[in-house]
Amino acid sequence: MGLEDKIPDGIILTTLEKMVNWSRKSSMWPFGFGLACCAIEMMSTFMAHFDLARFGMEVMRPSPRQADLMIVSGRVSNKMAPVVKRLYEQMPNPKWVISMGACASTGGVFNNYAILQGVDRIIPVDMYIPGCPPRPQQLIDGIVKLHEKVKHEKLKQPVEKGKKK
Amino acid sequence: MSYNKEAEKFIDGKFKELIREKSTFRDELTYIVDKDSIIDILKFLYEDEQFEYNFLTDLTATDWPERDERHEVVYLLYSFKDNTRLRFKVRLKEGEKLQTATVIWDSANWLEREVYDLFGVYFEGHPDLTRILTPDDFEGHPLRRDYSLTYEIPQFSYNKDEPPEVI
Amino acid sequence: METKHMTLNMGPQHPATHGVLRVKLTLDGERVVEAYPVIGYLHTGIEKTAESKLYHKVVPLTDRMDYLAPMSNNLGYCLAVEKLLDLEIPAKAQWARVCLAELTRINSHLVWIGTHAIDIGAMSMALYGFRERESILHIYELVSGQRMMSSYFRIGGLSKDLPENFNEEVQKVLDMLPSRIREYEDLLTNNRIWRNRTVGVGVLSREEALKSSITGPMLRACGVKHDLRKAIPYSSYDKFDFDIPTRTGEDVFSRYEVRVEEMYQSIKIAQQAIDGMPEGAWEAKAPGIVSPPKEKILHEMEALIFHFKIVTEGFHPPEGETYVGIESPKGEIGFYIVSDGSPKPHRMRVRPPSFINLASLNKICKGGLLSDVIANIGSVDIVLGEVDR
Repeated sequence: MGLEDKIPDGIILTTLEKMVNWSRKSSMWPFGFGLACCAIEMMSTFMAHFDLARFGMEVMRPSPRQADLMIVSGRVSNKMAPVVKRLYEQMPNPKWVISMGACASTGGVFNNYAILQGVDRIIPVDMYIPGCPPRPQQLIDGIVKLHEKVKHEKLKQPVEKGKKK
Repeated sequence: MSYNKEAEKFIDGKFKELIREKSTFRDELTYIVDKDSIIDILKFLYEDEQFEYNFLTDLTATDWPERDERHEVVYLLYSFKDNTRLRFKVRLKEGEKLQTATVIWDSANWLEREVYDLFGVYFEGHPDLTRILTPDDFEGHPLRRDYSLTYEIPQFSYNKDEPPEVI
Repeated sequence: METKHMTLNMGPQHPATHGVLRVKLTLDGERVVEAYPVIGYLHTGIEKTAESKLYHKVVPLTDRMDYLAPMSNNLGYCLAVEKLLDLEIPAKAQWARVCLAELTRINSHLVWIGTHAIDIGAMSMALYGFRERESILHIYELVSGQRMMSSYFRIGGLSKDLPENFNEEVQKVLDMLPSRIREYEDLLTNNRIWRNRTVGVGVLSREEALKSSITGPMLRACGVKHDLRKAIPYSSYDKFDFDIPTRTGEDVFSRYEVRVEEMYQSIKIAQQAIDGMPEGAWEAKAPGIVSPPKEKILHEMEALIFHFKIVTEGFHPPEGETYVGIESPKGEIGFYIVSDGSPKPHRMRVRPPSFINLASLNKICKGGLLSDVIANIGSVDIVLGEVDR
């Protein structure tokens, strides 16, 4: 994204980096699309009882252009896989992916002709959450851990090591 | 939930030449009929006012690859009048076509598309016989018994460097 | 003036399609000429997977079809296999099944009312619906240890005995629910926006509904008094006293009214179930088919051997085929099981109510406005996990 490209080599960013990461972490906008059973638990997480707004994430974007976090909630079928990949590519950088549940992470109990055995085969995943489906608390835990990861990201990442850029 | 004995007697008499087999199991009545006459029978029962078997509950198929007539298309009818069910079956050889039931019920449209998609049974006269559940470029018909499940060996720490094997 | 039709793609990741449904809309201005649903984006191959599993290992797969009503799916499958085996289920298990199946119906309708209302523009309903749903999930967790995919009903009964405080906890939920549902009605039924968006929208006539094999609340909103719980009673539903709500409006509003009324009836049935809960066994006596209780498995050698044999080898049902249809929250969910005598089903077919109801989407949307497509999809109450299986 814009900022990193404009900084010339040899300049180290410290406080700015912290601030940018802090703001990215604190107002993450998830992409509101659900796939299967986990989507219902994801919705529960956003609703009254668990209230994800406590973590600055109450707003779900219906368009990938405005989102920076994709929660792959549920099994990805071979028919859906190209769509998921396209949606991921449409999201602007920086972007993160949470693979929610056993099916999205590994194919789960559905080891057959129709289901993609893990969404990490088509898009890079930052956080895997186990469970079938994971409880909302687990999802919140995963999101908090992702926040922790975002906090320590480097603005200027070496191209060969980092997946982004 | 037993079946209607009068309806059984009536159908036995009315379609005597068309019925190839008849069976009852756990109080469910099943007829196996000729493939060319199934639509006529269903149409007759749809319009019939005595028993009113005019609701198509389900249309599906089973596959028996070891048999000569490998496909069995199953029609399940329901009567609101006395809350009983009636099952009709048709046996088909590989590649044989069946008349569509969309002329009677609109719901047969998607159900027949599903049978076509998953079993490869063709329905003649169907308005839109295309794949419905699997991707458009999918090869084969997954619910046939000889189509493998394509089980993929999961990778654990002991085999993490080997590429996943597909059975 | 000569005009051209416009084709608009909706989905498969649209937030108002309740999953991964894709609809190809052909529009003439703002009027819908054709709505062509494209499904299969969640095709999971459950029917194929079931053919490679032992009979009792299919139960967890059925949970993941209609994930808003997992217990209804469990019940349908278990009843079909029990009919195949000709098993007699003890009264306590039947009562518990009825109670939990009715809570499942409320659970499903709560999610439906929340998502349907949010689509039409009543944001707060979703928050309320999910709040009440948590209390039902608490019951699920109490009996089975899982919030959603409980797999609590097993072939021959339940997976374990009901917990001691089951009746109290259910009673708490049942006491709380009626006033909350009345709140929803206060919010929606006479709300001018709600009425404008639902009354007279998405009309499906009675004849068309019967021709399209529609079942469930959609059929009852067309004035057909049909409910499998009354028509072909299963699991002792004939011993319970309840009504079948019907409306004759044939539109989105009637479907809403029927579903809300159904929630009250479900509360009534669940109340009767916990009041008259019989004592005694909670699984059938069928060695070789039903596992011994867990305590016995842990302490007795023979029980462990029995359990081991059931888990590894399964059982051999007689050759034959059975169909059992039950009234799930979406309509008639049926399980058609063909056995060839081996311990795995030769074919397990699910009659998916959402799939068949969704097929009539074109009829409902035709001639209506583009903005009503959302209301129509919501009123069909689809779950894509069941549509695509």
